[in-house]
Amino acid sequence: MPERKIRVMVAKPGLDGHDRGARVLARCFRDAGFEVVYTGCHQTPEQIASAAIQEDVDLVGLSCLSGAHRALFPKVVQLLREKGASDITVIGGGIIPEQDFPMLYEAGIKAIFTPGASLDSIVEWIKTNIKPH
Amino acid sequence: MDSLVKKICAGDVRLASRLIRDIEDKLPEAKAKIKKLYAYTGKSFIIGITGAPGAGKSTLTDALIAALRKKNKTVGVLAVDPTSPFTGGAILGDRIRMQRHAEDAGVFVRSLATRGALGGLSHAAGDAIHVMEAMGKDIIIVETVGIGQQEIDIINHAHSVVVVLVPGMGDEIQTMKAGLMEIADVFVVNKANRPGTNQLQTELASMLNLASKNGKGWQPPIVMVGDAFEPGAFAEKIAELERKIEEHHKYLIESGKLTERMHRKAMTEINDALSACLLEPVMLELASTGELDSFAEKIKSRKADPYTVAEEIAKNYFIRQDKK
Repeated sequence: MPERKIRVMVAKPGLDGHDRGARVLARCFRDAGFEVVYTGCHQTPEQIASAAIQEDVDLVGLSCLSGAHRALFPKVVQLLREKGASDITVIGGGIIPEQDFPMLYEAGIKAIFTPGASLDSIVEWIKTNIKPH
Repeated sequence: MDSLVKKICAGDVRLASRLIRDIEDKLPEAKAKIKKLYAYTGKSFIIGITGAPGAGKSTLTDALIAALRKKNKTVGVLAVDPTSPFTGGAILGDRIRMQRHAEDAGVFVRSLATRGALGGLSHAAGDAIHVMEAMGKDIIIVETVGIGQQEIDIINHAHSVVVVLVPGMGDEIQTMKAGLMEIADVFVVNKANRPGTNQLQTELASMLNLASKNGKGWQPPIVMVGDAFEPGAFAEKIAELERKIEEHHKYLIESGKLTERMHRKAMTEINDALSACLLEPVMLELASTGELDSFAEKIKSRKADPYTVAEEIAKNYFIRQDKK
């Protein structure tokens, strides 16, 4: 029977060129059978939100190692809402101190994965929580 | 006008991208939507960009978008990347080169995975083009998956085909071969600052010289594009490429070749639609009733041959359709 394929986007917002983690994740999502749009580094939240809509993804995974996650992650969620795309789930990862978790959850980030999180656990979270549009 | 059609014709990116996804996922309702949309398609100029992996197709596409936007043309891009034969997953990475246009409302970039198609495109490419046409895009650029010699489905979808070559890929025999080398309306020799450039240019020119004696008409030009990191020179070459594509478009119209190509495209569309309307539903039904497996068993044990089985399936299908 026809079956929806999960489409995800992996994006790196802001001035942060450390994309090894994002690339490993993109590859791991590919191996999990997802279609993965990778946007590369140095993206503005506006570029990410707009690309996510053009690509009709179910999920945006943001990676940030620069410390700017408090500003950039919520902005992506806000822009998606403004563009009528609040059904696109946003999750985040990178160097994120635990004390920032509450404000990020509050802002609409659905899950946060920090160093040490296994690839399997991230894929499992997506398979459990994402129902393709 | 149907409300979905109205919104897509007004340029609604969300709905358009969702419809493209419905087509990719082969949802039955997608066909009904395309039926309604079809009357509003067919007005865009479609450029195909094809060539080997890493030849620079995405970078050239990005530069072409910029050049076309300067002329206030609206642009749709379909960028195809390969699906894993093992997991069904895909990395869609063409977009990386085009992200500077992400916020431009005049540009719509949609990535497609091949999902098993072997001709350099995706089965959804034809209808995805229709969706972008209905949105009113002036130009649609279709960037194929990285290809070899023979994956040339793009000729059934594009008006003008740009074949991107890079130096260092073999001797002059390669330029004599059938397939890819025959389908170019415009050649780009990309990375033309690398060793082997002159040799490739000479070989291409002599190949084209031979071909031009066989017939009259369009002589595919060769555009030599150098280092993308030298912005001035690169932009000049892209302007030349855009001019050559435009000249080819004019030639198609003036020579009447455009009608020929449109005819070929219509034939492809009939073929694809027949497969989607007859073959796919039949296969789905056979799989769900378990008949497919029992037919396979019969063939395996040589109790039947595939042709007799196919005829039986077709006969049963039409009898059932008659009863309906």
